[in-house]
Amino acid sequence: MLQRDYTTSQLDVLEAEAIHIMREVAAEFERPCLLFSGGKDSIVMLRIAEKAFWPAAMPFPLMHVDTGHNFDEVIEFRDRRSEELGARLIVASVQDSIDQGRVVEDTGRRASRNRLQTTTLLDAIEEHEFDAVFGGARRDEEKARAKERVFSFRDDFGQWDPKNQRPELWNLYNSRIRKGEHIRVFPLSNWTELDVWDYIRREGIEIPSIYFSHTRKVFERDGMLLPDAEVVQRGDDEPLFEAVVRYRTVGDMTCTGAVQSTAATVEEIIEEIAATRITERGATRADDRASEAAMEDRKREGYF
Amino acid sequence: MDILRFATAGSVDDGKSTLIGRLLFDSKAIFEDQLEAVERTSRDRGTEYTDLSLLTDGLRAEREQGITIDVAYRYFATPRRKFIIADTPGHIQYTRNMVTGASTADLAIILIDARKGVLEQSRRHAFLTSLLRVPHLVLAVNKMDLVDYSQERFEEIREEFTAFASKLNVGDLTFIPISALNGDNVVSRSENMPWYNGSSLLHHLENVHIASDRNLVDVRFPVQYVIRPQKANDHAFHDYRGYAGQVAGGVLKPGDEVVHLPSGLNTRIASIDTFDGPVEEAFPPMSVTLRFEDDLDISRGDMIARPNNRPHVAQDLEAMVCWMADGAKLAPRTKLTIKHTTRTARALVRDLHYRLDVNTLHRDEEATSLGLNEIGRVSLRVTQPLFVDNYARNRLTGGFILVDEATNGTVAAGMILEAR
Repeated sequence: MLQRDYTTSQLDVLEAEAIHIMREVAAEFERPCLLFSGGKDSIVMLRIAEKAFWPAAMPFPLMHVDTGHNFDEVIEFRDRRSEELGARLIVASVQDSIDQGRVVEDTGRRASRNRLQTTTLLDAIEEHEFDAVFGGARRDEEKARAKERVFSFRDDFGQWDPKNQRPELWNLYNSRIRKGEHIRVFPLSNWTELDVWDYIRREGIEIPSIYFSHTRKVFERDGMLLPDAEVVQRGDDEPLFEAVVRYRTVGDMTCTGAVQSTAATVEEIIEEIAATRITERGATRADDRASEAAMEDRKREGYF
Repeated sequence: MDILRFATAGSVDDGKSTLIGRLLFDSKAIFEDQLEAVERTSRDRGTEYTDLSLLTDGLRAEREQGITIDVAYRYFATPRRKFIIADTPGHIQYTRNMVTGASTADLAIILIDARKGVLEQSRRHAFLTSLLRVPHLVLAVNKMDLVDYSQERFEEIREEFTAFASKLNVGDLTFIPISALNGDNVVSRSENMPWYNGSSLLHHLENVHIASDRNLVDVRFPVQYVIRPQKANDHAFHDYRGYAGQVAGGVLKPGDEVVHLPSGLNTRIASIDTFDGPVEEAFPPMSVTLRFEDDLDISRGDMIARPNNRPHVAQDLEAMVCWMADGAKLAPRTKLTIKHTTRTARALVRDLHYRLDVNTLHRDEEATSLGLNEIGRVSLRVTQPLFVDNYARNRLTGGFILVDEATNGTVAAGMILEAR
């Protein structure tokens, strides 16, 4: 007769699943790496990696695809956190890809390096011969992601074929690939935005300051608040004003909008998210607004 | 707050998307921008109502063809529970998707149109639920508004389905009369069916007892990864050697006597470690690291169990398999890679005993192969011993996948019936 119920909280179940996924990758692949952007999802993923291999160091390097358009606070956080963990950080630079003529930069007001990242990412995967790449994407973010596997196969062009995905059953993951192919691995697949924040609160994890309410000079475009920065091209018809804002997601300054918010602590952010009626991508990402299938199209090409 | 994973089976005609849409909407898991996008697309296509299936059918091809191709995962939460929905298409050509969704489900909802009653596809869905040993089954008799909320009609369907289900392994079967469109008995009890005394669907999902569905009796710890910190200047962990894995069964405690397989040697658990400190017990689905009192040669793919309660150590398996590949077929002499817990080996199909008609449960013993979405009973010979339980006893140590050695695709899901 069992003494007790052995119930497990949702965060414990999600954490145990993510740790299991990370250990599978470490056991079955030669050269994994973890994509670390300094955003909250990749920060949580990094904590999971710490837990999965403790007391040993995590057996893979971190990689950041740096567009050169990131927020300073996030880059500072990225470097400091990697150093604290004693992890090797590889920075793959979109600027280098531009300088080498691998990609051509868009021009004009709405120019964004978002799409260019794909080439830089795939080149870096090839250069370092990575066979598994951890990403912090979640299935609740976007409907193409809702159908993506935890172990998501990429062919030797880095492409995702949504109609030809490997079935995934129980906690068994198929890691078989040929040379040149790789697997994108998403340990946080089953987490929601609220789970991520609950976990950040529970674990007391540090996050970059731009997630919290602050005063910033912004301007409005398509209903989004974009920051005043050298890399963001602003027209004369787009006046600057000061607003009390925070970021729900962390991406390029050119396409990541701030939300008006006074939430200054993790608790207040959780309250705000629990009450919000707009998805984080809908509120803050111009890159997903291009079309109904914007994310699917970019993922097919090899995007995160 | 715990998690309930449930699978939904049915076609668009059964009102499945409407039901999911309602659960998500009423629990505030659908956001305004998502709803606006769906309304816009519905309008652009000239649909008169807001087509909630557009919320889940995310792939371009699905929207173009108006069908669901793949398993879509959706999330919502109430103050009591977090829910993960595996939304699977109902047609026979998507059996593999339903099998995939059911493999991790605590509960399955099968939708029946009250006007049409128990159809061939309802029986197929019930069979797959039972084959995958989903512990709880809910038969949601939908569109009650279209049969005047008739108790008689509901009872007819209940009797017919109960008779069929008695041939299957269904642990817990619940019938709920609903109207997904009008919201009757979905979130709250309906005033239109005073004769119904049970819970609303959401109330049932929030309260169904799932904690004891896990196997907490048979200790099973598949060794996943060996942790050896190689930090030269860190003396605290210089000799540390831990065995990491996710508990697949039973409750482990420090001091417990355990057996290591394949060696058959006994030792005791010295400690159960985690990043957050040692713990006093470990049970499914915890991911932990074990240390033992004796130095044994332990590596990935090995199994920790109790000396007097061991899994079968087997190279010959009898199993039900669902074939999932488009091109190749499964036939005797097929060689494949088998992945079971953390162990990978090669497997040879020695025999195909029969192919099962998933609609009638008829066994075709003349069958010589299994094609896409077909299910049959096979004998497998494996190159090295696996540590297995019957699938009915433990889904994690009784389930396996087969991988095609030429294409690397996952081509089958298997459920172990017997091992030698």
